[in-house]
Amino acid sequence: MADAAIHGHEHHDERGFFTRWFMSTNHKDIGLLYLITSAVVGLISVAFTVYMRMELMEPGVQYMCAEGARFIPAATSECTPNGHLWNVMITYHGILMMFFVVIPALFGGFGNYFMPLQIGAPDMAFPRMNNLSYWLYVAGTALGIASLLSPGGNGQLGSGVGWVMYPPLSTTEAGMSMDLAIFAVHVSGASSILGAINMITTFLNMRAPGMTLFKVPLFAWSIFVTAWLILLSLPVLAGAITMLLTDRNFGTTFFDPSGGGDPVLYQHILWFFGHPEVYIIILPGFGIISHVISTFSRKPIFGYLPMVWAIIAIGVLGFVVWAHHMYTSGLSLTQQSYFMLATMVIAVPTGVKVFSWIATMWGGSIEFKTPMLWAFGFLFLFTVGGVTGVVLSQAAVDRAYHDTYYVVAHFHYVMSLGAVFCIFAGIYFYFGKMTGRQYPEWAGKLHFWAMFIGSNLTFFPQHFLGRQGMPRRYIDYPEAFAYWNWWSSVGAFISFASFVFFFGVMIWSLTRGARVTANNYWNEHADTLEWTLPSPPPEHTFEQLPKQSDWDRSHAH
Amino acid sequence: MAHEKNHDYHILAPSLWPFLAAVAAFVMLFGAVLFFHDSGPYVLIAGFVGVLYVMYGWWSETVSENRAGDHTPVVAIGLRYGVILFIMSEVMFFAAWFWSFFKHAMYPMHPDGISPGVDGVWPPAGIETFDPWHLPLINTLILLCSGAAATWAHHALVHENNRQDLKTGLWLAIALGAIFTVFQVYEYSHAAFGFAGNIYGANFFMATGFHGFHVVVGTIFLAICLYRAYQGHFTPENHLGFEAAAWYWHFVDVVWLFLFMAVYIWGG
Repeated sequence: MADAAIHGHEHHDERGFFTRWFMSTNHKDIGLLYLITSAVVGLISVAFTVYMRMELMEPGVQYMCAEGARFIPAATSECTPNGHLWNVMITYHGILMMFFVVIPALFGGFGNYFMPLQIGAPDMAFPRMNNLSYWLYVAGTALGIASLLSPGGNGQLGSGVGWVMYPPLSTTEAGMSMDLAIFAVHVSGASSILGAINMITTFLNMRAPGMTLFKVPLFAWSIFVTAWLILLSLPVLAGAITMLLTDRNFGTTFFDPSGGGDPVLYQHILWFFGHPEVYIIILPGFGIISHVISTFSRKPIFGYLPMVWAIIAIGVLGFVVWAHHMYTSGLSLTQQSYFMLATMVIAVPTGVKVFSWIATMWGGSIEFKTPMLWAFGFLFLFTVGGVTGVVLSQAAVDRAYHDTYYVVAHFHYVMSLGAVFCIFAGIYFYFGKMTGRQYPEWAGKLHFWAMFIGSNLTFFPQHFLGRQGMPRRYIDYPEAFAYWNWWSSVGAFISFASFVFFFGVMIWSLTRGARVTANNYWNEHADTLEWTLPSPPPEHTFEQLPKQSDWDRSHAH
Repeated sequence: MAHEKNHDYHILAPSLWPFLAAVAAFVMLFGAVLFFHDSGPYVLIAGFVGVLYVMYGWWSETVSENRAGDHTPVVAIGLRYGVILFIMSEVMFFAAWFWSFFKHAMYPMHPDGISPGVDGVWPPAGIETFDPWHLPLINTLILLCSGAAATWAHHALVHENNRQDLKTGLWLAIALGAIFTVFQVYEYSHAAFGFAGNIYGANFFMATGFHGFHVVVGTIFLAICLYRAYQGHFTPENHLGFEAAAWYWHFVDVVWLFLFMAVYIWGG
């Protein structure tokens, strides 16, 4: 195809292994590194949840014993519950997923690989700094793992304070584990901020000739807005956890009332970052879903401009709703009313997006290929999570639901299911493009159905548990909650099996998958610039910048 | 040949600096934790030296690339975006410290340390604060003069290509910045309140301390620009490094003005 000659020529890649993967200045290679690393960290983090669901399957404590952690219940020997081990599991599951899995996969992985391609840029604006982002992410992960394995609270290994690291728990826990966790978050934050600077500059400065802002594909837009959220929210978190660090090690009293400090202040500063973080996680997913739905409905996306403005609106509103995480911390009624109202407003732009996706499918000839299944799954699950979010936004209702499994169900529906389904949609959508090979369609579909059933079975019953009043973050529960906990654990095992199966599919497809020969192996509605490139793209892409006719499908000219 | 590149973007050769930077950062922070837990500062120092080495090596390379003409107009625009965005993230970092300060100043906790934020006083009882109209005012003027000197140097370069004024202005800006730091250290050593154990000291020292750290970084940045000016690196059209240093320096100035107004005058 002529485009191949234009955008990437056959050029033998003579970089050695170390040069290519450790010294990279290539956005596609760095994107792949991000995806692979986050998959490995994701597996660790998911393994923790399987262990937690094993423990919660039956009332009583069978596995996490003070006498030693087990994987097979011993009927005869004693088991004293080891609450610290449980706390460590929930803490690292949260920290790893929040900082070291989802952002690196969506923003670092897909963002790096496809944002420059979609806007026709030859690479990122700062290719070397791009690699710094990646390696700082690895350094942060290493600090996180070091934290897990170093002396922490209760004379045991690891830190058990929860991923939000609220004082006074986090300021009084003994050992170096908490300090290492704080630095892990610092480094991952620095990595993300540098990445955000890179993405924003690339987006603003390196768009293909003629590609004005409102002609940029939606995924690139979603990365751009996400980058702003990262740039403006993560430094605030850095400040908050620096205060934790000095409170722990140098005797300051930012959060210690005995020295005039205020622990609730930490919650405010944390959530000022923490709520934008929610959108940092989901916005790139929105971008991927838009392209998948448009491609497999064989229609251009419905309402491009409102979709862009909805992303921007969600990003802006994300900064002004943080205290809805804190309704029970003693906020005044006025504050609660404001945060409730502002939170509900977010449902409007989100609704614009969901209805535009539905309208895109409306009257289209829909093809249920694997990526489309994931997009469908996302649409359903994200809507469920969004609706429970509207419930939880009510300060009065939150009195009953706060810190129950209802909240756990809600945020796993939007993040674990919403964002993760976006990642899988993206992987199956772009697998052929990135690797030049294709996965077996049946395997992708099996993975989808196992994960869809498994994760719904895990999290839907948790709504019931929350309504029954089961609190989160406990190793054990009374008999009354046993039934739905059992089902929830079964669902977690199914999801985990599907995740392991996914790794198998990936390895099989990478080594034996059918070769992809076409540039665009879907259809003509996958019409962004990455589809004009060979699969996989050559080392250097768009050395000849794309012409407007390569990407502009509008009738305006 | 149809394959030649037709763009002015900067495609970089593979580089080991990012990897080294991450290793050094890991060693430094791991060493910091060891240091906090009484295991000596050696790992921390080793990591810190590593970080400094990477900064030197990496930025020297960037300067050489600039000299080699890699920073075409479009790349230069990108680098400017990068600096502005970095400064924006720094602003948000200071937002956290101001947040803590304003929260505690406007809603101080009750002196008994237990009751919620009613009946508290600010500054907290027993805290004797600095008089803003003595050394802090002088320091404000010093820092503002330093910013003015940097601007003078910038104008001398851009409008007249007057290299003597460029150097004089930079010398002045750096000297005033250094004097500011010295005065700040002097002030710290005469504080009537401690760093630990009270919220006033925590807020004061962390906010002004991080500002002071930025002043030191900015002074070094300007000093490197001065060195480069002597090397004849800057032209009226191409002086990206100096531009970045000047922006950074003005940002440090503005943060100080807010600190002076909020922490010293209003909250003192």
